[in-house]
Amino acid sequence: MPDFIPLKTAIARSVTDGCSVALEGFTHLIPHAAAHEIIRQGRRELTLIRMTPDMIYDQLIGMGCVSKLIFSYAGNPGVGLLRRMRDAVENGWPVPLEIEEHSHAAMAHAYEAGASNMPFALMRGYIGAGLREVNPNIKTVTCPFTGEELAAFPALRPDVGIIHAAKADRQGNVLIEGILGVQKETVLAAKTAIVTVEQVVDDLQAHPNACVLPGWTIGAICEVPGGAHPSYVHGVYPRDNSAYVEWDEIAADRDRFQAWMQANVLDVDDSVFADRVRGLV
Amino acid sequence: MDYSANEMMTVAAARALTSDDVCFVGIGAPSAACNLARLTHAPGVTLIYESGTIGTEPNVLPLSIGDGELCETALTTVSVPEMFRYWLQGGRITIGFLGGAQMDRFGNLNTTIVGDYHSPKVRLPGGGGAPEIAVHAQQIYITMKQSPRGFVPRIDFFTSFGFGEGGEDRARRGIATKGPTRLMTDMAVWAPEPETKELQVVSLHPGVTREAMAASVGWEILYAEDVSETPPPTAEELEILRDLHARTKAAHAGRG
Repeated sequence: MPDFIPLKTAIARSVTDGCSVALEGFTHLIPHAAAHEIIRQGRRELTLIRMTPDMIYDQLIGMGCVSKLIFSYAGNPGVGLLRRMRDAVENGWPVPLEIEEHSHAAMAHAYEAGASNMPFALMRGYIGAGLREVNPNIKTVTCPFTGEELAAFPALRPDVGIIHAAKADRQGNVLIEGILGVQKETVLAAKTAIVTVEQVVDDLQAHPNACVLPGWTIGAICEVPGGAHPSYVHGVYPRDNSAYVEWDEIAADRDRFQAWMQANVLDVDDSVFADRVRGLV
Repeated sequence: MDYSANEMMTVAAARALTSDDVCFVGIGAPSAACNLARLTHAPGVTLIYESGTIGTEPNVLPLSIGDGELCETALTTVSVPEMFRYWLQGGRITIGFLGGAQMDRFGNLNTTIVGDYHSPKVRLPGGGGAPEIAVHAQQIYITMKQSPRGFVPRIDFFTSFGFGEGGEDRARRGIATKGPTRLMTDMAVWAPEPETKELQVVSLHPGVTREAMAASVGWEILYAEDVSETPPPTAEELEILRDLHARTKAAHAGRG
């Protein structure tokens, strides 16, 4: 059974300088509150892993927490580019950022390989793709049955996997509904997992084939209402699209970015998230 | 009825789809085109977004590939690994819709960087699902606006593979799918020349001249033997497309 502990405690005991962390969420269920706690604790030289790094990774990178990023699509969905990440890649600000870039299919396969305790993943892919030439972790293996060459790449085994979900029950079992992304794979591939939830309930009321992560696969459950904002939680609150649009302007300027982070992340704690979703219906 | 070049592009792209298609949809222009097709002549078209939503029928266009609307209106939603393994690599997608920041005459696309990969002038979002969509969807439709910055002789990075160097390059690399069979822009409809696979203009949108075409493309354009005029958008197509955009704008305005 996982420990039911405050987010601050969960992050402090699992996320250490230099470790690898996957905070996943495919538009949906992005663990914003957890990312902000990592920033407040001043972690450095993290390797961040995510298929779709967006606002929280822009924030972690811009605050100098990250030395390497493993990813497949880095953008602000529906808005544009990630300006803090660009500044790090193009100008090394505030610290240089090493990147290891894959395709979505490869990242998804690599999480599955991690969850399956395999050393690498393979797929029929990366054919004619330029990433093959710039990412030395993309190699080929030959099918022993047909002789076909297939793409191979290392499994993802994050030190810490962090996701958000609508609810956990009192045994720490977590229900994931709506767009599933790679939430399950992230928890099962990681050495330890932290799940922030909207609420802890008596009964998950899950149907027999629902996506449920048993409590014994999770290290810590932290109740943080609104903890995905401005991402969304299926059936609980919608995506706060305007926040993503505003982010594009905030992140465009280093000073404005730092001032925003000071006021909205460093000077507050995770209790602010409940308020942030209160007006959303 | 007056219409914009953008609307012409979306309508031309929508017309290419049929009710039998199973379509892997990207955000932006492809999403508008696919949903316009579904709301007009191709009600049976199956739309799939890479967030795992299969057979989705959104009432408004999604802002992001993982919007809740896509899941709520889908037949079913699968995990992202399943999406790429069973549905895309499994060969079940008939049409993959792609766009890009740069494209060359063989439909190779770049959405990764401008400049050198290791010290880029502009770091773009990257490929996402595109590298595998480009080789596993049975056909690729490309939709993007023409401009000298976008339609370049040599792309800076091969994010997704079109016809490579042309001719039989796909087959030589063991790719069995057809590749970019159609390109719908704001000025014309293009299709590959059967032998060389260079994209050539098959129809010009109403009012578009060859001079204007030349100024918007960074190579010497190949024209098919008989270039036709793209039929303009019908009143019905325009009305449905504008309603869709109006609903989308209202839904995405302000918080939520």
